[in-house]
Amino acid sequence: METVMAFVIGIFFSIGTYLILTKSLLRIILGTSIIGHGALLLLLTMGGLKQGEAPLLGMGAAAYADPLPQALILTAIVINFGTTAFFLVLAYRAYQEFKSDDMKKLRGTEHE
Amino acid sequence: MSWLHSVVLLPFLYALMIPFLYRYASRIHTGWFVLPLPLIIFIVLGSWLQGISEGETMLYTLSWIPAYGINLSFYVDGLSLVFGFLISGIGALVVLYSIFYLSKTRELLHNFYVYMLLFMGAMLGVVFSDNLIGFYLFWELTSISSFLLIAFWYQRKKSRNGAQKAMLITVSGGFSMLVGIIMLHSMAGTYSIRGIISQAGELQDHSLFVPAMIFVLIGSFAKSAQFPFHIWLPDAMEAPTPISAYLHSATMVKAGIYAIARFTPFFGGTGEWFWIITSVGLITLFWGAVNAMKQTDLKALLAFSTISQLGLIMSLLGIGSLALAVQEEAEAALYTTAILAAVFHLVNHSTFKGCLFMVIGIIDHETGTRDTRKLGGLMSLMPISFTLTLIGSLSMAGVPPFNGFLSKELFFTSSLSLEEAGVFSAGGAGLLIPAVAWVASVFTFVYSMILIFHTFRGKYRPRRLEKKPKEAPLGMLISPAVLAAFVIGIFFAPNVLAHYVLEPMVASVLPGNAGDFSIHIEAWHGFNTELFMTIGVISLGSLLFMTWNKWKGIFSLFPQVYTLNNAYASGIFKAEQRAYSFTNLYMSGLTRDYIQYILGILILLTGGMLFFSDNISFQQIDISTVEVYEILLAAGLVAGALTVMLASKRLTAIIAVGAVGYLVALFFVIFRAPDLALTQLVVETVSVALYLLCLRFLPEFRFRETARRVQIPNLIISLGVGVLITCFTLAAQGNKLFPSVSVYFEDSYELAGSRNMVNAILADFRGFDTLLEIMVLCIAGLGVYSLISLRMREKGDDGEN
Repeated sequence: METVMAFVIGIFFSIGTYLILTKSLLRIILGTSIIGHGALLLLLTMGGLKQGEAPLLGMGAAAYADPLPQALILTAIVINFGTTAFFLVLAYRAYQEFKSDDMKKLRGTEHE
Repeated sequence: MSWLHSVVLLPFLYALMIPFLYRYASRIHTGWFVLPLPLIIFIVLGSWLQGISEGETMLYTLSWIPAYGINLSFYVDGLSLVFGFLISGIGALVVLYSIFYLSKTRELLHNFYVYMLLFMGAMLGVVFSDNLIGFYLFWELTSISSFLLIAFWYQRKKSRNGAQKAMLITVSGGFSMLVGIIMLHSMAGTYSIRGIISQAGELQDHSLFVPAMIFVLIGSFAKSAQFPFHIWLPDAMEAPTPISAYLHSATMVKAGIYAIARFTPFFGGTGEWFWIITSVGLITLFWGAVNAMKQTDLKALLAFSTISQLGLIMSLLGIGSLALAVQEEAEAALYTTAILAAVFHLVNHSTFKGCLFMVIGIIDHETGTRDTRKLGGLMSLMPISFTLTLIGSLSMAGVPPFNGFLSKELFFTSSLSLEEAGVFSAGGAGLLIPAVAWVASVFTFVYSMILIFHTFRGKYRPRRLEKKPKEAPLGMLISPAVLAAFVIGIFFAPNVLAHYVLEPMVASVLPGNAGDFSIHIEAWHGFNTELFMTIGVISLGSLLFMTWNKWKGIFSLFPQVYTLNNAYASGIFKAEQRAYSFTNLYMSGLTRDYIQYILGILILLTGGMLFFSDNISFQQIDISTVEVYEILLAAGLVAGALTVMLASKRLTAIIAVGAVGYLVALFFVIFRAPDLALTQLVVETVSVALYLLCLRFLPEFRFRETARRVQIPNLIISLGVGVLITCFTLAAQGNKLFPSVSVYFEDSYELAGSRNMVNAILADFRGFDTLLEIMVLCIAGLGVYSLISLRMREKGDDGEN
């Protein structure tokens, strides 16, 4: 399963990168979301998949899944959410101010 | 601290007081307060003369950074003492001259004297320093203070340009000097010049020996205006005349000469040293003399003359360095004469060139111009200035009864001695060097005559002059008169100077040969080749000067485009242009381009490392099983992501992102991560809601990237990133180096009282992460709030720019 996941993650990163390289603001934010998901899956995959039960001690299982990557992912999800929310509002404000969501136009007039 | 330290550091301390004196004693010309300082230094140095001339030396050390062997150690021997005399003596005369030259009301005198004292202290530091880092420190301080002084009239464009040029060239040379110093340190293991010299001969085969020599030489040549670094000196003539007299004839331009003389015991005696210095010196001598003839500005003429004379001294130092290479005593004595000629001419040049600059300043001051085409017939109007110019110029031309004659004779003697030289195939250059030297001397004679006759003889043209010329005030004439007195005095009593000054100087340049060396200079030494050469110089020079109007057109034959100045100017201009267009080329201002650079380099570096490193292998260890439904879910993930990419409507894209998020949550369920699944579900829901909120305000996708030119690099980069990440994941998967630490978290109930290991990690084992993560959320929330509610409208034009 890890091998399959490696390819899925690769595809996610490809698509995310492609979206980031486009010039529409919203697509760029969507791209960061996709890359974010890819990163979460990557963290999980690198911790090893399906080795033991869910990390809850009451279950009396012989082995547990590695809890450390899960804790890291949980942190990452929340931070990811915070930044996405901020990006979205920033995009909204930028569009309101500059009446454009074209990155080419948003590069400013002071370009020398 | 010692007397020596006070001598060097006093000017710096004194410079601090100048602004106060200027402010609170404004009725008296500030120069009067400065004047005692160089006099005191001169007297203190004078009190050491007796001891130094008997072969004593002095060394005092003040710790600065002892851990690195960097100290302010000052060392006095014949060479540095003479430079000290020149700096303080001519410094005093220049201060006196400047008191009458610079107006008390119109000029910013406090700036002038602060810069000048800074320079004086720095220059004393250069010549007395034994520690190379201290030497370099003072060396750069002279560059900086010279820069400030050249641009003293900073409101003039030419001054600023001249200062910038001098700064760029001398500071580049200074850096080269620093590189040389560091190489010397790594060769000899010490920063002390005496320590380095004591290892002379042992280090000649060291691989850094020649590079260090070349870097030191470049630094010295740039400072001493040697070809092709001489171009800054004529432009530095925009400085006030006292400064030109002081810095650009008597002291700073001789710092390079000093450095070369100082390092001769170490580098001297090698073929490279001899050839580089001698040939550069001769080229400079010749080139400066040729250029001096065609100048119409008197100061420019003197600048090129200075360049030429410095070239002469330089070539003599080169010839003299042979004394360290030859074995026979008679032959060594012959080359020692060259060193004697060098130091003798060094002293002479300082006297007559300082005098000439001051006189030119007087002419400028009294007539309002320095242009030879406007001047003429001033002889009867300014008789004293005329006399002084006559003395200085004739000495420069090498005519008796002035000191220039003696050193020029010695110069011919030493260049003739090369004919029989047996080392470094120097004899091959045999007649060439005296011939070049002789022709250059003829040119020197011609421009000296131009200086005299075009200024003081000929027709008096009062209409062309801005002021009505009259003789300068007495105070202004004192300093050049003192120098002129030296010019004549040295001719008539050269051996007093030779005994007290030149012998210890030669002894410090050529330490081994000094034992039984005594100098006897005679004005009349019988009919020999040198005398006939001088007669030839005078007669051919006179002939050329008489026919000057007939052949001066020859200079216009040289193309003006191919000058070193133009090469420098266009070099600077082109460097700026290239840098500008290069920056424009890649700094497009478009975020996409920058991301492409970043990712492209990431792919190349990391991918290259993966590809070329043998340690990375793809292995499948501890791989879990694959179920069919998992494959289907994975396909769903990929399909969702592709939909986001290909969607033409933003709603589709947002829903697809939501679908991807929920599928990820499902994977968390499959992979035994209940907390993650919960969080992911909630967060994804809120995110999609946010996306949808923004939908109201953001426009529909309007641009499709259709241009291949854009699309193909984008595709390549994004595929590259994907492949890289996949390869990396696979490579890391098979190469687990040690087991996870997570077994310890199974004690979470005993240690933390929680059965949920993930929560125990988040809140207990690694609680700090969570704290900061909460902070991130708070900041994001505050950011969102301030973006929405705080609207600073730009008022006028003072928005961020």
